[in-house]
Amino acid sequence: MELYKEKRPLGKIRFTVTLSVIALFIIGFVSAFSDETNYAANEEIYATVKKDSIKSVEAFKKVYAVLQSPRCVNCHPSGDIPLQGDDSRLHAMFPKRGVDGKGILTMKCTNCHQTENTAGLKTPPGSPEWHLPSATMKMVFQGRSAHELAKQLVDLKQNGNKDLKALIAHADDGLVKWGWTPGEGRTLPPISHAEFKEAWITWLTTGAYAPTQQGLDGSNLKN
Amino acid sequence: MNSIRINKKKYTVNVDSEMPLLWFLRDHVGLTGTKYGCGVAQCGACVVHLDGEAVRSCVTKMKRAIGKEVITIEGLSEHGDHPLQLAWKDVDVPQCGYCHAGQIMSAAVLLRERLDPTDQDIDDAMTGNICRCGTYSRIRKAIHHAAELQKQKG
Repeated sequence: MELYKEKRPLGKIRFTVTLSVIALFIIGFVSAFSDETNYAANEEIYATVKKDSIKSVEAFKKVYAVLQSPRCVNCHPSGDIPLQGDDSRLHAMFPKRGVDGKGILTMKCTNCHQTENTAGLKTPPGSPEWHLPSATMKMVFQGRSAHELAKQLVDLKQNGNKDLKALIAHADDGLVKWGWTPGEGRTLPPISHAEFKEAWITWLTTGAYAPTQQGLDGSNLKN
Repeated sequence: MNSIRINKKKYTVNVDSEMPLLWFLRDHVGLTGTKYGCGVAQCGACVVHLDGEAVRSCVTKMKRAIGKEVITIEGLSEHGDHPLQLAWKDVDVPQCGYCHAGQIMSAAVLLRERLDPTDQDIDDAMTGNICRCGTYSRIRKAIHHAAELQKQKG
């Protein structure tokens, strides 16, 4: 009897702890996938998506890996100077973004960058319309967590007012595709452009859910 | 017929369209004021104006330049009296002089866009022009002086 009496409080504690863990998991899960406010204003996204938070977050893992590769980050810097190289160092000569993202004064991007890659190592890469995002729509990738970047990409106020159609089309933008033909001495993004495009469209059309930091890199930052 | 205007004169282009503009200027037209420095758009010695922009002629291919207007250091002014050229002489800017055609051509775009450039404007605009002799302080002084001369000239 004494033993029985001693076990009952332990049982209650176990039950409470189990319940708490389940509750915390549910709260975490819901908070991870409830960031719909960013694209609430985007009616086209709302009308065409087939929401699937798990599929969406899985797809974004691939998207994020590409967007964090130097081929993408270098032209999406946190400051107003582009980056260069596989180590994403500040661009030599410190050219500035300018209002339109095409440089300033004598330091316009296309003064050195041609419409195609210049042959050889350590020569200027090139593509038609070579530029950074404009000063009014910086679309920073550098230093952004997966959660932050996912939210930013579909935020009309931060993405240049791109709706679902425009976002999907952006996967085939010439400068985006240049990332897979970057010229000699530059590493490619971790997956092919076709795989990236598929993941990008999947992410967008399943609800463009923003993953938690924990879901991608194990850190404790959340929402 | 492919043609190009260089210093207000029309030239027929009969060269490989992949040839750098710098080669055409120096070896085919004989305008040797523009210098070859690094060959990879890193130093600014080869800057010329292509439709008014300060492009690096070592990486600018003829196929981009055909049909356009090019101005080199020889064509910046008719009598070598552009405010920058006068200021360069007044301040005695060059040491070896090798980079200064490019320096002046970049500064000319700056002065066109900023009539009274600040030190920050000069830093921003001239950051891509390297001078191994280190004449940067005199370059800055001469650009300010040229801005004054330009104002006086009206």
